[in-house]
Amino acid sequence: MSGVPAAPRDPLAAPAALAEPMTVPEALSGAEPVESVCTPIRLSYTYTPGRALSRYLRAMADKRILGERCGATGQVFVPPRGVSPLAGSATSEVVELADTGYVESFNITRVPIERRPDLKPPYCSAWIVLDGASVGFLGLVINIAPEEVRIGMRVRAVWKPDEELETSAANILGWAPTGEPDEVITDYARIGRVEASDA
Amino acid sequence: MIDVAVVAFAQRQEAAISGESEVEFMVPLMEQAKAAAGLTQADMGFTCSGSSDFLAGQAFSFVMTIDGTGPVPPISESHVEQDGAWALYEAWVKIQCGGIDTAFVYGYGKSSPGSLRDVLATQMDPYYVCPLWPDSYAVEALAARLMLEGGHVSEARLAEIAARSRASAASNPHAVRADPKSVAEILAEDYAIDPLRPSDLPAEADGGCAVVLAAGDRARELCERPAWIRGMDHRSDAHTLGVRDLTSSASARLAAEHAGATGDKIDLAELCGPFTTSEYLLIDALGLNEDRTAINPSGGALAAHTMMASGLIRIGEAASRIWRGDGDRAVAHATSGPCLQQNLVCVLEGD
Repeated sequence: MSGVPAAPRDPLAAPAALAEPMTVPEALSGAEPVESVCTPIRLSYTYTPGRALSRYLRAMADKRILGERCGATGQVFVPPRGVSPLAGSATSEVVELADTGYVESFNITRVPIERRPDLKPPYCSAWIVLDGASVGFLGLVINIAPEEVRIGMRVRAVWKPDEELETSAANILGWAPTGEPDEVITDYARIGRVEASDA
Repeated sequence: MIDVAVVAFAQRQEAAISGESEVEFMVPLMEQAKAAAGLTQADMGFTCSGSSDFLAGQAFSFVMTIDGTGPVPPISESHVEQDGAWALYEAWVKIQCGGIDTAFVYGYGKSSPGSLRDVLATQMDPYYVCPLWPDSYAVEALAARLMLEGGHVSEARLAEIAARSRASAASNPHAVRADPKSVAEILAEDYAIDPLRPSDLPAEADGGCAVVLAAGDRARELCERPAWIRGMDHRSDAHTLGVRDLTSSASARLAAEHAGATGDKIDLAELCGPFTTSEYLLIDALGLNEDRTAINPSGGALAAHTMMASGLIRIGEAASRIWRGDGDRAVAHATSGPCLQQNLVCVLEGD
């Protein structure tokens, strides 16, 4: 045993077992080492979105927005999933919603994102509460400078031209201001408060 | 050890549930199981589920199904990317930790949107095996060949297992393959993946199940004859098929020993053997005697195999028979991974 302390270990050094090259047969001595492998994995699915989302997407092709009502709490959810996440029961009624509502919250994105060259910064993403709905859903606010968007601003859906409509939520290009007076929001904890009173 | 019992169970299995999303078909099952126990979600001390994103074809698929439980006020919840039987194990351990006396467990899988045989190839070693895309039937057929050529089992014995499953499944409304066939008829089938015939393969299904667990006196309040979990254990073999003896199941044998699935009196056994070969290995590993023990009275996983629920359904099927008084002591088994890689054994008893 020597009294000399061990040199501090280099955290970036290869583990001892890998420090020396592995012994390979003579025939492979000149072979270039494989440093990575690519093993593509591709699985294909025929996806069906279920009863509620199928109805929602079919209605989208007719420029209609469907929500579903919770029988227990009366709340209307959009997009519908066939279940009330607050009551844990199947929704009881399909409700046709207006394509108008208000901005409940929003953000302004100033950096581009990959694979969405169509989104030119700065752009405004908003949480839109449709008239008749109990929850908001995500959309882009368009036809207005992002810095002029505000909470409570009334908006209406801007749909794709009729000949381009499909069974897709992408039929709504964005939400444009209607010019109506702003919604007066007094209760920012709207949904949470309903939960608490029902619980 | 805290006494914990299975007190309620609901299931659904069909060849393909194409029109409904997972949460849409699970909500009625969740409601049914809770109603059978007379409980609501707010009464559950813990909730745990088993499912797989690889079946759903989307990431975090299980979070949408949590909506079905009604997690308001917020619930104590967990998820395993495995058969729901492992979710039940987690819930059982949670109850053993104290502080709660109920738990809600569910498992579900919808494999029909994809090719299950290909999806299961992704559970193999990602560098050496998965890139070759060995489908799950072909992998089992490798094990089957070893068993047959090694003299461990005969094709006639496998056909007997298939015939028994079909006959038992005839009285199970949830079975997908329940048309009776004789041993001779099965042996006359053309091979699907030689040496396995169509009747040796699982009847793939979509579906799910929900189970309520309760401890001690709470279980006695909720259920006339609770199915008490007297022991439960799960063990895993090596992942690499090449290092395993595929003609026996060491992990199933060990799990059975540690769960206490021994002794003469086992009235019935619900085994999750997706293939006749796997069922044969399980009967051997658990040391079951078919003269004394009814094997897979539901038809087992051969009759309906819902990935991520099949094992939990075995526990529910065994428990249901104890509630009804069809038996006093039952063994339920679940498996995961290729060629019975992981095995869970649960011993259930009535008072």
